[in-house]
Amino acid sequence: MSMPFYVSPEQLMKDRADYARKGIARGRSVVVLQYDDGIAFATENASRALHKISEIYDRIGFAAVGKYNEFENLRVAGVRYADLRGYSYDREDVTARGLANAYAQTLGTSFTTESKPLEVEIVVAEVGRAAAGDQIYRLAYDGSVTDEHGYVVMGGQAERLGGLLAEQWRAGLTLPEVLGLAVRTLGAAAEDGGEPRAIPAVQLEVAVLDRTRPRRTFRRLAGALLEDLLGAD
Amino acid sequence: MTFSTPSPDRSSSGRLPHAFTTPGSSSFVEFLSGHAPQLLPGNRPTGDVHAPHGTTILALAFEGGIVMAGDRRATMGSMIASREIEKVFPADEYSAVGIAGTAGLAVELVRLFQLELEHYEKIEGSLLSLDGKANRLATMIRGNLGMAMQGLAVVPLFGGFDLDRRIGRIFSYDVTGGRYEEHDHHAVGSGSVFARGSLKKLWRPGLDADAAVKVAVEALVDASDDDSATGGPDHTRGIWPVVATVTESGYLRVSDADLGAVAAQVEQERRRTHEGHRDASGGAR
Repeated sequence: MSMPFYVSPEQLMKDRADYARKGIARGRSVVVLQYDDGIAFATENASRALHKISEIYDRIGFAAVGKYNEFENLRVAGVRYADLRGYSYDREDVTARGLANAYAQTLGTSFTTESKPLEVEIVVAEVGRAAAGDQIYRLAYDGSVTDEHGYVVMGGQAERLGGLLAEQWRAGLTLPEVLGLAVRTLGAAAEDGGEPRAIPAVQLEVAVLDRTRPRRTFRRLAGALLEDLLGAD
Repeated sequence: MTFSTPSPDRSSSGRLPHAFTTPGSSSFVEFLSGHAPQLLPGNRPTGDVHAPHGTTILALAFEGGIVMAGDRRATMGSMIASREIEKVFPADEYSAVGIAGTAGLAVELVRLFQLELEHYEKIEGSLLSLDGKANRLATMIRGNLGMAMQGLAVVPLFGGFDLDRRIGRIFSYDVTGGRYEEHDHHAVGSGSVFARGSLKKLWRPGLDADAAVKVAVEALVDASDDDSATGGPDHTRGIWPVVATVTESGYLRVSDADLGAVAAQVEQERRRTHEGHRDASGGAR
């Protein structure tokens, strides 16, 4: 009979974290940026049907990187959570904070108890009536939550792109400005001195939470509209 | 009856319950019946209840869409329970639903139906077909049959713009969930007999949106004339029927200012006809 190996808890958690991090870094990055009238989401995604960015509720949007089947499952759970809450109480009572907490518990429990951690990273964003009320929560594979301000980059070369945004993002940018910044960031060279890529509009998945819209603020931007906005920058 | 915490009843670990992460269904009603059945309408025991009753709803088709209209009265026996209840709602961007019958249940059913369509749209990323929406509503009405047997019936009228066929379509229902497509126009509720008669005479093919709105207001005025449970336009308080058009560009509620003008026009025309008639017959009647 063979004896099971002893693996220290530190080592176990480190292995799991490495595994999840590797999975998340494989895909393309998603950027989430605040602008004067709302919150914009953008990523490079050739598929018209398999979204990385989605609507959860009136003022809440969702963006994810990592394994599609895993974050799709979380997205559906989020829509059910929000709709059930809005139906039981009122549409006003559905908040990104509540959803972020539910996701954090789910991710955290998976990370510690299941044989494989979820290889996903998520942003839950809520647009406020004014820019000061905007909330952006970033959830990591282990269930840790960060309350972000201004911009977030997840997946792919998150750290490098985050550095670029830190230099260029400022409060009060307009939608064309912020989309231009997002697309330049997504297409930035992989290393110093590399050649930046120009990403065509058809390869982009872009959506906004627009605080000027009544009720459902989420809107996808595609086709001619997106090209106009990118051209206007 | 026990009332569990409606949302979100987390398991001990605090993670989202399994019902939330089970793949498969894009129906909110199915999710609710599995996870929180106490929140579904029609799942409660009732005795003999007197509850406010909503009355006349009508819809008619015109070139490029439909008009749906409902009066503003709710009655409880011979009493007027409300003079400004609303019974016509947007179901989603391209459809409208109006409900006659027990007001409380009707409003709850509409809320659930709106959410059902929105839920599907968010999960699937596409809109249901108009027939799909009409069938979904039929299933929900069927779920209320138990309550209907106890006298708490809800009878909806559903209509919308069919994005595939590019026309406006109207569907009526019975309490057992039977779904019937109506052509041209239809009305439900206590004043429907009179409204239907009126629509039959006033409706003609090729109406435009404004003319169709006027026909709808006239039919409601006719219904309120002969049915005590239907409220007519209230010039004193400025309460007008809820009238909405659904076209290619979506659901649009007709503004109170426009309705006030249409109602005043209808009243003026009728007064003139009546006065002319009275003068001709040579005396007050």
